[in-house]
Amino acid sequence: MKKPLSSHLKLALYYLVCLALAVVFAGPFLWMVSSSLKPANEIFANPPILISSNFSLKNYEEVFKRTSFERYMFNSFFVATTVTLLALLLHAMAGYALARLDFPGKRVIFIGIVSTLMIPFYTILIPLALLVRELGWINTYWALIVPAIPHAFGIFWLRQFFMGLPTELEEAARIDGASRIGVFFRVALPLARPVLAALSVFFFLANWDSFLWPLIAANRPDMRMVQVGIQSFTGEHGNAWELIMAASVIAILPTLALFFGLQRFIVASVKMTGLKG
Amino acid sequence: MTTAEPTAIGAAHVAARTGPLSRFQNMNRDKREQAIVAYLFLLPDVLGLLIFVVGPMLLALAISFSDWRLTGTPEFVGLRNYDIILKDPKFGASLGRTMLYTIGYVPAVYLISLGMALLLTRRGRGNFFFRTIYFMPVAMSMVVAGVIWRFMFDPGNGLINEMLGAVGLPTLQWTGHVQSAMVSVLIVAIWKSVGYFMIILLAGIQDIPSDYIEAAQIDGANRWQTFRFIIMPLLRPTSFFVLVVLSINALQAFDQIYVMTRGGPAQATYTLLMYIYEKAFREWNFGYSSAMAVVLFGMIFVLTLVQVRYFRSTDVRQ
Repeated sequence: MKKPLSSHLKLALYYLVCLALAVVFAGPFLWMVSSSLKPANEIFANPPILISSNFSLKNYEEVFKRTSFERYMFNSFFVATTVTLLALLLHAMAGYALARLDFPGKRVIFIGIVSTLMIPFYTILIPLALLVRELGWINTYWALIVPAIPHAFGIFWLRQFFMGLPTELEEAARIDGASRIGVFFRVALPLARPVLAALSVFFFLANWDSFLWPLIAANRPDMRMVQVGIQSFTGEHGNAWELIMAASVIAILPTLALFFGLQRFIVASVKMTGLKG
Repeated sequence: MTTAEPTAIGAAHVAARTGPLSRFQNMNRDKREQAIVAYLFLLPDVLGLLIFVVGPMLLALAISFSDWRLTGTPEFVGLRNYDIILKDPKFGASLGRTMLYTIGYVPAVYLISLGMALLLTRRGRGNFFFRTIYFMPVAMSMVVAGVIWRFMFDPGNGLINEMLGAVGLPTLQWTGHVQSAMVSVLIVAIWKSVGYFMIILLAGIQDIPSDYIEAAQIDGANRWQTFRFIIMPLLRPTSFFVLVVLSINALQAFDQIYVMTRGGPAQATYTLLMYIYEKAFREWNFGYSSAMAVVLFGMIFVLTLVQVRYFRSTDVRQ
């Protein structure tokens, strides 16, 4: 049986809408890459040039020549990775204790931890900056790493995960004589790998993308993180858009790689944050 | 038998007198080991939260009751900062702009991401491809998004104006003009967030049992009726969650505004958080800035309470 014409039309319309949206979302990415490969005089060419005949990587060289962009990248990479690894370990420990162990004060501690979720970061910005200054941490990795670690969100989700995990394996390990700490590290933690992967993407992205705190805590050129680097580069090179776009491409390359490589985990982490947060 | 009783009474007596510590001593070995491991596991995170979240929150409150500039010592002034807030026209104006931003941001993101989620629930070829594309801006920081869009919004020959001109529409000054600056920073925020909320809403729609939808269709419901009477009501918890999170995000808009307009032109995009930031880190007036930050906290706190209330009441019903 042939489908009626109207259903073909509907399908065509459906794909047309999908494609139009794809242009809206992918367009700026393509334009950014395209512009970063152009010479300056083609940036505002009329009509716009998508693929330049003078295509070159010169702008990228120029970015690294004019600023210590490799330093910004290193700073962001080092900070985001360290925060992610430490946060995962500490949150898993805390979440496990709240899910599996019995101890006095458990309910109070849990409620206390969860209620810190209500405190918006921007409200504690000033005291945090003063505290970090008092500790002598301004323009050091300490200021960028340590305050970024404690976060009730991660503890909460790992607790939820461990509560949903069957206890048999851990009990078996206990019977075999493993200590409680041993059970956590050798049995429970490896089982949490999928949640840890989703959370690690979430933490890494949040730290790589963070802007205001690094702007306040570490704005000395050699301590800048990449978002602050982009912002200051934009300020210093006003209308050199070909360079600014090259710098932006460099800045999102790691997150884009992460995005395409681990999309499954990113989607999982978004769903996790979304379902009854 | 006779010896057991006095010890039990004695233990209870001690416990009543000295509290948790002796309760701890009376626990059996296993219980005690559990408690020690638990405290050990919780210590770093709890300490971290106390020092870097709870402590600063209390400090923010304390500072808001003081007059404190960069140089000089804090001086207790009671509620004076809050009193000034009430009379400060700049505060009122920046709060108004935050509200304007929220009114522009929340419904737009919700409706667009819901539309996109519905589009992708239709089982079509290329769904995965489209979902990936729509979700891509999530991988980009707000700073970079702001930079790219500022480039595309260039009032001279930016890509957007070129495109508008090509189809015969009037070009705009975008971030350069009082009337379009707010729209410009909103477009960036909307563009950047819809993919994220699309995923959340999509998950919510896919959680609806397909029997419900099939049953409705057997009963003769068309696509619109299915959406209106089956999907929307069952999606209500997810929608509610999304709307509250969007409002909380909107109240804290900063990055792209800082990068694109710095609150200008003529303060057209000068939101509450811009004001808080500048008061603290440009004028170094910690007391007044903290008081405004506490007000911001109050607004977010109310939204969070509404959220908690809502989910508690729906949980009870289910």
